[in-house]
Amino acid sequence: MKQIPAPLWTLTIGVIVTLVSLWVGFNNDWLPEQASAQSVLVDNFFNVMVVIGTALFLVVEGTIVYCMVQFRRRKGDDADGLAIDGNLPLEAFWTAIPAVIVIGLGIYSVQIFQDMGGCAPGDQVHEHGTRLAHASAAPLGDLTAADGDEALLAQSVYGIGAPLDKEGQAADLEVNVAGMQYAWIFTYPNSGIVDGELHVPVNADVKLNISANDVIHSFWVPQFRLKQDAIPGKETELRFVATKPGTYPVVCAELCGGYHGAMRTQVIVHSPSEFNNWLEQRTAQAETGTAETVAINPADLTDADYLAPYGKAAGVESHLLAHLSD
Amino acid sequence: MAQANITSELIGNSFPHPDKWKWYHYFTFNIDHKVIGIQYLVSAFFFYLVGGAMALVMRAELATPSSDLVDPNFYNALLTNHGTIMIFLWIVPGAIGGFGNYLVPLMIGARDMAFPKLNALAFWLTVPAGLLIVGSFFFGGAQSGWTSYPPLSLITANTAQSMWILAIVFAGTSSILGALNFIITIWKMRVPSMGWNDMPLFCWAILATSLMALFSTPVLAAGLVLLLFDINFGTSFFRPENGGDVVMYQHLFWFYSHPAVYLMILPIFGIMSEVIPVHARKPIFGYKAIAYSSLTICIIGLFVWVHHMFTSGTPPWMRMFFTVSTLIVAVPTGVKIFSWVATLWGGKIRYTSAMLFAIGLLAMFVFGGLSGVTLGTAPVDIHVHDTYYVVAHFHYVLFGGSVFGIYAGLYHWFPKITGRMLNEPLGKVHFILTFIGTNLTFLPMHELGLKGMPRRVAMYDPQFQYINIICTIGAFVLGLSILPFLINAIWSWSNGPKASGNPWNAKTLEWTTDSPPMIENWDVLPVMTEGPYAYGEEPAEVSS
Repeated sequence: MKQIPAPLWTLTIGVIVTLVSLWVGFNNDWLPEQASAQSVLVDNFFNVMVVIGTALFLVVEGTIVYCMVQFRRRKGDDADGLAIDGNLPLEAFWTAIPAVIVIGLGIYSVQIFQDMGGCAPGDQVHEHGTRLAHASAAPLGDLTAADGDEALLAQSVYGIGAPLDKEGQAADLEVNVAGMQYAWIFTYPNSGIVDGELHVPVNADVKLNISANDVIHSFWVPQFRLKQDAIPGKETELRFVATKPGTYPVVCAELCGGYHGAMRTQVIVHSPSEFNNWLEQRTAQAETGTAETVAINPADLTDADYLAPYGKAAGVESHLLAHLSD
Repeated sequence: MAQANITSELIGNSFPHPDKWKWYHYFTFNIDHKVIGIQYLVSAFFFYLVGGAMALVMRAELATPSSDLVDPNFYNALLTNHGTIMIFLWIVPGAIGGFGNYLVPLMIGARDMAFPKLNALAFWLTVPAGLLIVGSFFFGGAQSGWTSYPPLSLITANTAQSMWILAIVFAGTSSILGALNFIITIWKMRVPSMGWNDMPLFCWAILATSLMALFSTPVLAAGLVLLLFDINFGTSFFRPENGGDVVMYQHLFWFYSHPAVYLMILPIFGIMSEVIPVHARKPIFGYKAIAYSSLTICIIGLFVWVHHMFTSGTPPWMRMFFTVSTLIVAVPTGVKIFSWVATLWGGKIRYTSAMLFAIGLLAMFVFGGLSGVTLGTAPVDIHVHDTYYVVAHFHYVLFGGSVFGIYAGLYHWFPKITGRMLNEPLGKVHFILTFIGTNLTFLPMHELGLKGMPRRVAMYDPQFQYINIICTIGAFVLGLSILPFLINAIWSWSNGPKASGNPWNAKTLEWTTDSPPMIENWDVLPVMTEGPYAYGEEPAEVSS
């Protein structure tokens, strides 16, 4: 052992730690399958952190174990250890290295978050670093006072919006999602379909408008790596592109009462033709009035939600109708 | 450590007391900081057992995917009160109230805290807090999580929820009074020979903790009082149907409750900085870095709370700002970890039970810190928020961290507190069982969360059952691990071998008096003649 120079040991350990960390980072099977455009982004970022974390873990734990063995008190030795109480360059080094790592991760996570669409919820668009509300079709310069209010309202939508390259563009499909104890209700505003499961076409840009009727819920599809709370009194949205046909669980992730754990449904990602079939079939059912409606007790709904379908038929905002009953 | 006379003005006026406290004095409004410290430690440990029993019922329920052991609403009451008890009635009062009260005056050479009556009041405020939590179970128990987010907390078990709020307000008031007392005591009552940079690092940690508690606790109290008004007096601060804002509650709650995480770990960092040098027989590595990093954590820690709300109603800039601020906390925390590892380097490590728990903490906290970095970034947090990944992370930090640290402290200072030594072989059995149990329970939970299991559920997707059974077995190993400690502590308290004043041959001032110390700590106040961590050096010349 003594003949081998220390730098050689350091180099060998460094190479081994690097290889093991890279292997763990990109060969771990900890995350579920990837089924959305965002899941790839999130997983790459997570795995980069796993690489860095594994390397730090091995180095620190390795040092602890080495110390425990090498610097254990030997029998009959009652003397003290070395009187070393600090080393400024070393301390500066282990302050600077984590600082550089976390700043790097910080910048990287902003980039990933932007690519995921996190920076543009509520149809916002980026312009030279400032975010402007994208108010309907009216150019921003021509806003009247009333439109201005609308613009402000548009800004207070939270969640994940359009990714950078689609900012300002409307989604291919919009679905209204309402959370209630203990179910999710999916409404397709263009076709009037109401369902207890979410059906979307693959590779389409889908926007969920999420609301909650009673308490806070959280809409989570693990395979999409996306989650957004459904908050009473606030609008939230989740915009995603499903990339793989299949059936995935929709899980409520915010404690919402005794049966919170049972508040599960699924999202079915169809091929485009399958989706169109489903859409036609359900529209036909809705027209003939035989739609299998989701069982909702009207007493569980707020006035606004209960009246919403009527309001839509009459072209009146539902909250206005609700006020009538006050 | 030499002792010297100090002019009588500095000693101050004494209060009338017997030569030695009798057992029943420990059940009274006693103003001796050591009595109060023991009151905190013993009552906190009692609640640790209660909270632990609740965890075992929950793990038993989770052995199967369906809800078949307890009523799901009762399950929610268990998870709510398990969290509440472990935070507000075990770790905070145990680490800050217990060790802080017992040790700070002894470590800085004071006869008591600055405001002894306030100190006793602070302890006795935790008693109604505990009674309210226990009493709330007669009304179903609060069921909306320790976070108690409205609107769920407004519509669920109103009486129990109100009792829960009052309990937290009592515990919070106690914490504020204690914090004030610690700051003044550390600031004003050090022996004249002790400068700021001669102070044991535990005192630095308690100082940082107290500053943090003083800034953040009132905000929680405000949020909870508003919630109490919403439940009982018809206000609508958090009622969305009347224009209330539920997200505002989350901000008020986490403005305190994220710093609360540091309230639970900073005192433990202080314990680590005392235990490791003594048993490694080396000076602490990087005294100033450790001392000031506590203050840095305290300041940055006040500006990271939104990382608990990345999936809530928060705008993009907030999610990004708090991602970066959260990541920055890793730097001062890393400095501490590296400094402790460097303290081990070149030492002559004695594997006492205290040291084993300290090293066990170090090993697990590294892991909890790394998973914390992944959680701190919004893109990953959006996936794992409110899942078992979070449960795994904070149990590595709070069980592998705080509870291991309290155990290290108990083994280290038990001789000082009781005058008796603990049994070392039993202590080692305790350590091994606890270490295995912790990793068996909490390591698999990371995978549960990543794969898609949300937290706070009594029923779950059957695909997760296999991993859940491993966690449940681990939890029962943890339950079992308490027994050797309980037997050891109870038996040794009256029958253990007598401890000398300084059984570990340590250098801080609490070891310059008898074990247990007399009332008012010293006949003659000590004088610092060397640093608190001057190991491996010849003692300096006695200066007085």
